[in-house]
Amino acid sequence: MSTIDEFPTPELAVARRGAPAWTRQKRLVSGLVLTLIIVALAIFGPLLAPHGENEVVGPPYSKTGVLGTDYLGQDVFSRVLYGGLDVLVIALLGTLLGVVLGTIIGVVAAYAGGWWDEVIMRLNDVLLAFPQILLALVVLTAVASPKAWMIIVLVGLSHAPRVARVARGVALGIVSRDFVYAAEALGERRSRVILREVLPNMSAPLLAETGLRLTYSIGLVGGLAFLGFSTNPDGANWGQMINENRLGLASQPWSVLGPVLMIGLFCIGTNLLADGIAQLAHRTED
Amino acid sequence: MTDAATLLDPDHAEPASVTTTRSRRARRGGAWAWVAWLLRRLGLAVLTLWLVSVLVFIATTALGDPVRAILGKDFNADKARAAQLTAQLNLDESLPQRYLHWLGGLFSGDLGTSIANQRPVSELIGPNVVNTLVLVLLSAIIMVPVAFGIAMISANYRRRKPDTFIQTVLLALAGLPEFVIGILLVAIFATTLSHVLPAVTIATPGGHPWDDPKTMVLPIATLVLAVSPYVSRIVRATLLEVLDSDYVELARLKGIPERVVMRKHALLNAIVPGIQVVALQLAWLAGGVVIVEAVFNYPGIGFQLVDSVRNHDVPMVQALAMIIAAVYVVVNLVADLLSILLTPRARTAISS
Repeated sequence: MSTIDEFPTPELAVARRGAPAWTRQKRLVSGLVLTLIIVALAIFGPLLAPHGENEVVGPPYSKTGVLGTDYLGQDVFSRVLYGGLDVLVIALLGTLLGVVLGTIIGVVAAYAGGWWDEVIMRLNDVLLAFPQILLALVVLTAVASPKAWMIIVLVGLSHAPRVARVARGVALGIVSRDFVYAAEALGERRSRVILREVLPNMSAPLLAETGLRLTYSIGLVGGLAFLGFSTNPDGANWGQMINENRLGLASQPWSVLGPVLMIGLFCIGTNLLADGIAQLAHRTED
Repeated sequence: MTDAATLLDPDHAEPASVTTTRSRRARRGGAWAWVAWLLRRLGLAVLTLWLVSVLVFIATTALGDPVRAILGKDFNADKARAAQLTAQLNLDESLPQRYLHWLGGLFSGDLGTSIANQRPVSELIGPNVVNTLVLVLLSAIIMVPVAFGIAMISANYRRRKPDTFIQTVLLALAGLPEFVIGILLVAIFATTLSHVLPAVTIATPGGHPWDDPKTMVLPIATLVLAVSPYVSRIVRATLLEVLDSDYVELARLKGIPERVVMRKHALLNAIVPGIQVVALQLAWLAGGVVIVEAVFNYPGIGFQLVDSVRNHDVPMVQALAMIIAAVYVVVNLVADLLSILLTPRARTAISS
């Protein structure tokens, strides 16, 4: 009971028109390029760094090296290269957790309908009453030193209700279509109907939502580290570097602006990328 | 012509008989239907707040061990202090008992005692709530005309170069976290490039940040820059939808100048979606102030919240989290009410 022939998924429709279709989307391409550059820097940065993560190379806030030194005299350029991986991995895992959880909640609510839908979405509204950063802060109150998995779970949990709303909206338009009824009439199990019939038809909007969530995740993970809640107090981490070197902003601006620009550029990249995907999905739908 | 009429007023598009029976019924049951709707909506808001309180309580006291978190390495050494904290947080009681204890306190206005400096929470929070409200309201007052103005300019040049440029800039800005915007503004206006504005808010005890209006500029600018791109994009989308519609085409064919079309046809139709997105963003501001206040050391509840979380000051965090969540719930309630009152279709749907 494949749906692909009747309802081409956006990727296939694009492929049929020839490969360069998505490359004509300027925002998508520039977003993708920007994102990939920052990701590459974060992954391979430690190999390129001239100095160690915690190596003291000069007096605090001096002009030694490419971007000068930080509050302890560590090389800012090297720490910028070291400091991305943690942020990106935690943000990515948190995003994936949030998207998976939110999609399950939203699709189940839309597919079950009626009373279940009402109850699930009301509970969802309760979680929505917490601004994302608040949910994380409230839980971190009773925690002595946050672990990476905690931040991942908190980021995921704060995304889930927001993704659920979007997923439910998209799924509502699909669960009443003929091919879903046909699958049910054939006696397929509900879980199978959701996995085989509903989810594949949601891939494009969900992908765009994932990009958007990744943007917010970086802000959230970076923000928590900036507020002093990071998983490794000695390690280099973009958010934490901003926090550590804040007092040096006047005398040695690059110690703060380096990590700020990395986070900013990455967020711009993922946001452009998400918008590009959304537009592409929209266009192929028409 | 019929098409244009349909679009202009959906209520009159139905056959005459339906319209008259509906309005007759509306006249009789309208008021009651409104009361019922309002009660249902209020009930939902109260239910939401109650569940929020359960969640806040569980998250702050049941998930981790607050006493261990407060004392850190001293936990095993200082048994007396641990026992005293356990007593202050009522940790010897069972979880439901403690929750009821705390909820009772919330209703009678007793928010507990701060662990960090042993003063009543309500006394510590009071002045900061005012500071934060002023910050958020001023930002909102500036944000609305800015966002709508940019949206109108962009829609005016729709699908041409200036529009694309504005939209790309807005999209880029929309992705930036608040602390990135805040720190870039500080670098530009307060430290690195120029020194025209102060980098942090220094409040004298008993005074307010707006005693020195200059210190308010950067926090407000950060919030406006963080929020208006999103609002602006939604408003532009709504404007475009109206500007492409048949009845606006008719208005243009009648010879009404584009400026008037924009003001009378497009802008008025964008108000309801505008209210919803502004409300959404106001609610978002409740969270956004946390980071922005931390960037500028602004003496509000966001800054206080971060400080309290760092000190593991459980009663403070509980009270502040409840306040922020309550603001969110109330703003959403008001936005729902306003958008229903301003949409004729939704209005008749309730009263009939």
